[in-house]
Amino acid sequence: MNQSVPSKSRTALIRNWIVGAGIIVLFIWSLSSLQFDGIQEYGVQVMKSIWEGFTHPDWDYVYMPEGEDLLRGLLETLVISILGTFISAFLCIPFAFWASNNMSRLGIVSGSGKFVLTVIRVFPEIIMAILFIVAVGPGAFAGVLALGVHSIGMLAKLYSETIEAVDNGPREALIASGASKLQVLRFAVLPQVIPQFISYALYRFEINIRSATVLGLVGAGGIGTPLIFALQTRNWSRVGIILLGIVVLVIIIDLISGWLRRRII
Amino acid sequence: MTPAPTPEAAASGAPTPPPSKKPAPTLDSKGPQRYKMLATWLLFIVVLFVCFVGVDADFLALFSEGARENMGRILGEMLRPDWSYASHIWKPMVETVQIAIAGTIIGAVLAVPVALLCAVNIMPKKIVSIPARMVLNLVRTVPDLLFAAIFVAVFGIGAFAGMLALVFFSFGLVAKLTYEAIEAIDPGPLEAMTASGANKIQLIVFGVIPQALPYFFSYVLYTFEVNVRAAAVLGFVGAGGIGLHLDQQLNSLRYDRASTIILLTLVIVLLIDYASTYLRRKLL
Repeated sequence: MNQSVPSKSRTALIRNWIVGAGIIVLFIWSLSSLQFDGIQEYGVQVMKSIWEGFTHPDWDYVYMPEGEDLLRGLLETLVISILGTFISAFLCIPFAFWASNNMSRLGIVSGSGKFVLTVIRVFPEIIMAILFIVAVGPGAFAGVLALGVHSIGMLAKLYSETIEAVDNGPREALIASGASKLQVLRFAVLPQVIPQFISYALYRFEINIRSATVLGLVGAGGIGTPLIFALQTRNWSRVGIILLGIVVLVIIIDLISGWLRRRII
Repeated sequence: MTPAPTPEAAASGAPTPPPSKKPAPTLDSKGPQRYKMLATWLLFIVVLFVCFVGVDADFLALFSEGARENMGRILGEMLRPDWSYASHIWKPMVETVQIAIAGTIIGAVLAVPVALLCAVNIMPKKIVSIPARMVLNLVRTVPDLLFAAIFVAVFGIGAFAGMLALVFFSFGLVAKLTYEAIEAIDPGPLEAMTASGANKIQLIVFGVIPQALPYFFSYVLYTFEVNVRAAAVLGFVGAGGIGLHLDQQLNSLRYDRASTIILLTLVIVLLIDYASTYLRRKLL
């Protein structure tokens, strides 16, 4: 696929055409079997009312003294993602050491660790949330647990890559001077990886705040719950203000977290 | 060519950084620094404590009689998947992949012009690139499931809403990754072409596209991986695909069937991940 070579050979050209045609066929196949019905009849009307709602957000909803308002919902979302990130940032450390290939001599150890992490990573957090709801009941705590467990997959992978990249000098020096395994971990490995760990945890926090906004769609707390109610009742001005709140919250968190990450590394 | 952000970094979700090489600050170096560190940790612990109280986090509840019973029952049923149900879910599974394909391709095509507008080496006018980036950032703050929930409310339940959600999501992701890749291309050919009087279109077609195309394809493949996973849960908000069936089975407490769906989805996702990772490695 290297197109920067000036004299393209004939076979490469033909291959590119075949790939292109294949993509188009795939695309048409995908579109043709998806059903597009029931869009035209009331689409314009719905669009109009949505536009109406989004341009006139329900400002009264931002703060209501008796509770269940936007600010409280956003706060709960924030709390869910803070706790979820915190839990996974600690739970994933043993997984990270398990999966990194320079911490054990046997390839099978890190290989199996990596596989477990992949499975955790592709297991959707929404399903995890539903399972935890069954266990501890609907609410923010189920959301915290779902995020905490799901985040292990990605966080432990990033952590293990950091561990694999550590400078071996200090480790060898400590081992040579007769340090125990634990001492090597404490004085040679940890000081090198902690800043990177914190930075990755903050990055995951940015992702979790987005996830936490949708956990409420299945009943795991946060701003998603009022949002799904507003969507179901076609209360577009309320949907507008909630979306606005989510966007503002996410942007603020991104800014703070980005600033912190730049300071740490 | 200057290395653009590697897809591996993007795949693992890493923002940009190579592991920091500078020596880590030691805990017990200087007095004031130590107090600052201590204060930070204290603040952090207080915030955490308030948070735990705020969500009524009761870890004992996780190990209480009822929870153990419920969890045990579910896990027990999930460990015995109902394989006879597998034949019912191939069609929605195919639909899931179709949603992901259609969403990715449309989103990626829409992303190209916006990525060109965002890249400062193609569009030096700040008045264009900064608003374009702001739009991108706005689009990327909204999670795909939220898009799906909104589109379901607008267009009704079905795969179309899901596809549209993925179009928006892929658009944001591909456009951002691509404009960063475009900004990292080798400026030499561009300067030579500008010097010999090429216009903007010629510059893009003969200078930018040959350099950025492999990266673009690689990012599209990566987005496709993300989209397959997203499409698998879109059904929870009514946006088509396998998630709809999973939701039904979970609601009717058929955990053995739910487990079949989850396992098959995992297999499909892993297969697509491996195929796509292989292709991406060949591309770059």
